Amino acid sequence: MSGDLSLWVEIPVALLLVLSGLFTLSSAIGLVRFKTFFQRMHPPALAFSVSAWCVTLASIIYFSARSDGLALSAWLIIIFLSLTVPVTTILLARTELFRRRHNAANVSPADIPPALSHVLPAASDQEKLPQPPR
Amino acid sequence: MSMILFGAIVFTLACYVLAMGLAMVRLYRGPSAQDRVLAMDLIYTIGMLVLLVLAIRYRSAMYFESALLIAIFGFISSAAMAKFLLRGEVIE
Repeated sequence: MSGDLSLWVEIPVALLLVLSGLFTLSSAIGLVRFKTFFQRMHPPALAFSVSAWCVTLASIIYFSARSDGLALSAWLIIIFLSLTVPVTTILLARTELFRRRHNAANVSPADIPPALSHVLPAASDQEKLPQPPR
Repeated sequence: MSMILFGAIVFTLACYVLAMGLAMVRLYRGPSAQDRVLAMDLIYTIGMLVLLVLAIRYRSAMYFESALLIAIFGFISSAAMAKFLLRGEVIE
């Protein structure tokens, strides 16, 4: 078992590993750079889905090529991850909603995502317009 | 192990370390507790991916069990923390 695998196995494994590394790095950059919590909730999903899938597929290809049959034990991890990650995400989103509502905070303009900023009235018009119910 | 696969593994592990450092930045300065839970969630997932890559590096299938354990305990801990932040208690 000490011999090298063929190049046709190693190149897809290497590509999948590099892809997962890049996706994880970009998700961490997004986690640091985004402004509000609801924006920050999205980038880790990249690491949870794409990177985990890539690493799992790479290890399945690698260990299947090294042993005789299919080595599918890594499927357990991706199945478990895809079951549990939405639960955590929904709990965290509800936590943020609950706490924001509980604080009865004035929503500052920094909290509003930039995609919605054109909907908002300008600062000078804000006294004339009726305020939406909070 | 050829140079291609070795280089890819080293590159991937370096990317993971950088990503963990960035998540630690968010963990340090996250304004709310939810941000810290989210960063912790990302950190344990990256740790699990590191174990999976090390399984390929050292050609051992023993790493899968520990990766599965990290996934299970990470989910339990982050769900418990989110539930605590939501309700004030974990089990009601």
